[in-house]
Amino acid sequence: MSELIEWSSALLYTAFVLYLIATIFFSATIRDKRGNTKKGKAGSIGITLTIIGFLAQVGYFITRWMVSGHAPVSNLFEFMTFFGMTIVLAFIVIYFIYKLSVLGLFALPVALIIIAYASMFPTEVSPLIPSLQSHWLYIHVTTVSLGQGILTISFVAGLIYLIKKIDQTVKSKHTTWLEIVMYSLILFVGFIVITVVFNFMNYSAQFDYPNSGGNTVTTDYHLPAIAGPTDGTLLTEGVMEPLFETPAWMHGADSGRKFNTLIWSFLTGSVIYLLLRLTLRKRLGAAIQPLLKNAKLDLLDEITYRAVAIGFPIFTLGGLIFAAIWAEEAWGRFWGWDPKEVWALITWFFYAAFLHLRLSRGWHGEKSAWLAAVGFAIIMFNLIVVNLVLAGLHSYA
Amino acid sequence: MKKIKCECGHLNPEGTILCEACGKPIEGNQHIDGNDKKNLLNMRYDGAARRSQTHNKAIVDKIWSFFSSVKVGVWLIFIALVASAIGSIFPQEIYIPADAPNRDPDVFYQERYGIFGLIFYQLGFHNLYSSWWYMLLIGLIGISLVIASLDRFVPLFKALRQQKAKRHESFLSRQRLFSETKNVSEEDLNTLKKNLKKQRYNVKDQEGYLLAEKGRFSRWGPYVNHIGLIIILLAAILRSTPFFYTNEYVWVREGEQLVIPGTDGEYYIENHDFVLETYDENDERFSDAISLEGAAVPSNYQTDVTIYKAEDNPVPGAEPELNQIAEGSIRMNHPVKFDGYSVYQSGYQANEFEKMSFKIHEVNDPEEEAIDSFTINLADPESEYELENGFKVELRNYYPDYYLRDDGTPASETNYPRNPAFVLFVYPPDSETPEISFLGIGKNIDASGENQYNVGITDFQMRDASGLTVRKDYSLPFFGVGAAIFMIGVIQGMYWQHRRIWVNPKDGGVLLAAHTNKNWFGVKKDIEKAISGTSIKNVTDQQELDE
Repeated sequence: MSELIEWSSALLYTAFVLYLIATIFFSATIRDKRGNTKKGKAGSIGITLTIIGFLAQVGYFITRWMVSGHAPVSNLFEFMTFFGMTIVLAFIVIYFIYKLSVLGLFALPVALIIIAYASMFPTEVSPLIPSLQSHWLYIHVTTVSLGQGILTISFVAGLIYLIKKIDQTVKSKHTTWLEIVMYSLILFVGFIVITVVFNFMNYSAQFDYPNSGGNTVTTDYHLPAIAGPTDGTLLTEGVMEPLFETPAWMHGADSGRKFNTLIWSFLTGSVIYLLLRLTLRKRLGAAIQPLLKNAKLDLLDEITYRAVAIGFPIFTLGGLIFAAIWAEEAWGRFWGWDPKEVWALITWFFYAAFLHLRLSRGWHGEKSAWLAAVGFAIIMFNLIVVNLVLAGLHSYA
Repeated sequence: MKKIKCECGHLNPEGTILCEACGKPIEGNQHIDGNDKKNLLNMRYDGAARRSQTHNKAIVDKIWSFFSSVKVGVWLIFIALVASAIGSIFPQEIYIPADAPNRDPDVFYQERYGIFGLIFYQLGFHNLYSSWWYMLLIGLIGISLVIASLDRFVPLFKALRQQKAKRHESFLSRQRLFSETKNVSEEDLNTLKKNLKKQRYNVKDQEGYLLAEKGRFSRWGPYVNHIGLIIILLAAILRSTPFFYTNEYVWVREGEQLVIPGTDGEYYIENHDFVLETYDENDERFSDAISLEGAAVPSNYQTDVTIYKAEDNPVPGAEPELNQIAEGSIRMNHPVKFDGYSVYQSGYQANEFEKMSFKIHEVNDPEEEAIDSFTINLADPESEYELENGFKVELRNYYPDYYLRDDGTPASETNYPRNPAFVLFVYPPDSETPEISFLGIGKNIDASGENQYNVGITDFQMRDASGLTVRKDYSLPFFGVGAAIFMIGVIQGMYWQHRRIWVNPKDGGVLLAAHTNKNWFGVKKDIEKAISGTSIKNVTDQQELDE
C-alpha cells in the first residue's frame, strides 16, 4: 500500500517535470518565423510531452484513488492538483482545435503554478468524513473542475491577447491593470518559493490556540509567524515571536497559519516582482509583448470566447446542477446559500453576463479579454479565499 | 400595422432593418442596429423588426423596451452578483456557528465583527438571500428573461423562415466573410454544392442562387435555456407553499417513538439506536492525516429507525393503531424515504441524561449511608416524590441544560437534559420545614449551610439523541425539468453554431458570403473545404475590430 502511494507521488512529480519541459518547447515555437498556427517541430514535441505528462498525472490520480479508496478530490491539495490537471486537459483539447502553440507557453505555467501551490497544503491521504461519502463527490467535483479548467484557458487566451494588444509605450490604466494581473500570478510563485525555502530549512513553530469549538488545538507553522493564531501561545523556543495576531473574524479551519502564509506570499511575491522590474527595467507586460509578435489577435479572441462557450455549460452542470443534486441527497436542501454555493452562483452570473455582453452588446476583443481575466479571478477567489476566510461547509483542508 | 415593401417584392413588418427575404438594408431603419456607421451589417437578429425597437409610445411599450434590453438584463445580473457577494462576507443568520458565545444575531454580528458586523446586521444582510429586495431582483431578472426572449425569438424565427437564397448584393458584400469571383463554370458550382453537402450543409438551390445552412436549431438555444430558467424560478415560487414543501427538524432520543412533525400526526418515527463511528487511527492509509488532525475523524453518523403510519380515523383522543411502513438506517448521504418524505441525518447529541438516581443521607455520616432514595425520569419529571422511609422531595426547579446567567441566576440553555441541575426541597419525615439543596453535575450546594440531610447522585442513565430533518418537497421535479431544459438549451446554443453560406451568381461569376453566430474559425475552414478544386476565390475576413 505504502509502495503504491510512493508511485502515485512519483507520477505526479513526473507530470510536473514534463509540463515544465513542454513549456520550454512551447517557448521555442515563438521564434518560429512560420507563424504560430503552423505546426513546428518544437510545438509537436511540446504537445506530445504535455500529453505524456497528462497521462502520468492520470496515473497519479488512479493510484491515489486505489490507495485511499475514494476519488482523490477530497481536500485542497487533491482538488487543486486535479484542477491543474483539468487545465492541462482543456489546453490539449483547445490545442487540437486551434493548433496555437503560444497558448501552451501560458497555459502550462498556470497549471504548474496551481499544482505547485496545491502541494504546499497537507498531502497526506485523509479519510473521508461522512458528508463526503457519496458518488456525487467525484461526479460533482470533477465536472466543476473540468468546467473551471476550460474557463481558465479562456483567461490564458485573454491574457495573451492583452499582453499583445495593450499599448506599452505609454503608461495607462490598461498597463497598470495588466501589471496587477501579472503581479497576482507572481504572488503564487512567491508562495511556492517561500514555502519551499522554509520546508528545506525544516522550520517549525508550534502554537496552542482555542479553535472555534473552544477546544485547545496545536498548530504547526512552517513559516515564521508574522501573524500568530488568534489568542495563541507559542510553544516552540528560539523562534520568532508573532508580530501580531490573526483577526478573530477569520475563522476557517486553522486560519492563523493560512493567514500567515498569505502574508508571506505577498511579501515574497512583491520582492520577486520588484526584482523582475528592476532587472527588466520595464513593465512585465512590455517585456513579454515582443515575444508575441506572431500571435494573431482575432484567433486569441476567438479562443477566449470559445473556451467560455465550452466551459460555461460544463461549469453549470457540475457547479450548480450536480452540486444541487448532491446537496439534496446529503442535507435535504439543494441550495442553502453557503458561501461556496454563493460564489459558484456568482461565477455563473459573471459568465452569463460575459456571454450576453459578447453576443448582444458586441463586447469583443479587449473588453472580452478583460472579462475573462476577471472571471478567472472569481474562480480563484472561490477556490482560495472562500476556503480560507469565509467559513462554510466546504472549508475542509 | 404598416408594412414595408422591399424591391424584391417581400412585405416586411414595420421596423425591419434587413429585408426578411433578400436581406437588403431597408432605408431609414439602419440606425437601429448601427449599420449606418459601419461597413459590415449587424446580423444579430438577422435584422428583423423587434417590438422593443418599434413601439415606443405607450407605457406598456416603454416597460417592454426596458425589460427587453440586454443592457438592462446585464445590469440586473451584475447587481445580483454584487449583492450575492456582499451576503457572503459574514455568515448568514442560519450559519452563525453553533459554538458562538451568543448566537442571537442582535449580539453575534457586532460581537464578532465589530462595527462592520453591526452595519451588516442592521442592513438586514444577515438574511440577505430571503430579503424582499433580493427576491425582487431575481424576479426582475425573470421578467427580463421572458420579455427579452419573446422580443427576439418571434421576429428571428419569422425572418429565418422567410429567408431566400437570393440575396441583395449589398447584403452579401457587407457580410464579414465575402468574396467575388469572375467567371465561374457550372462545373465548379456543382463541385461547390457537392462539397457543401458533404459537410452536412442543407443546400437550397433557388434558380441558381444557393443558400447552404446548418445548425439553425442552435439559434433557439438561448430561448430554450431561458425557458428552463423560468421554470426554475416558477418552481421556487411553488416551493414557498406548504403543499409543495415542508421542512421540519426533530430530535428523537434512543428508544423514543414520536409523531413526525409536519405530517399532521400521520407518521411516527422510532429511534432504535444512534451510531457514531470513527476511523481507525491505526489504519496505515490514514494514520498520518488523522494524527495531523489531532482528533478522531468520524466515519459514520447513523440512526436506525422504524417509521410507522397511523391508521386513519382513530377515535378522537385514542391512541392510533400504528403500522410499520419503513425500517432502515439513516446516514449522511443516505436519507430514509417514505411516501414522499425524506428523513436526513442532520445532527446528534451524544450522552443526554435519561434518568438520575439519588440517595438521602445524614450530613455528618462519614459512611454516607442511604436513608432513602429516589429516581427522576428527566424526560418526564414529577413535581413531588413521596419516599419509602417517610421523606418527601419536592422538585422546586429543574434546569435541563443548566448554566449560570451573567447576573448570577441559574437558567437552562435548552430543553434537553444535557447538563441537568435541580433545586430540591427535602422534607424530613414528619417535618413541615424543607431543607433546600441545589444539585447538578459536580455541584451540591447547601444554600443555608444548616442542612441535616444531604442529597447525592448515585446513578444515572444516558442515551443519544438524533437530530433529524424531515422534508417533503414536491417542487423537486419542477426544478429537475427546469435544469434539464436549461442544460439542453445551453448546450444547443453553445456547442453548435448556425452557419450560412450564400453563393449568388452575378454576371457569369459568383458572390460568396458567409455568416455564423459564433466560431468564425470553423466556418472559414468549411468554406476552404467547399471551394477546394474550384476556381472560386476564398473569402476575406472584413471584420472591423472595435477600437
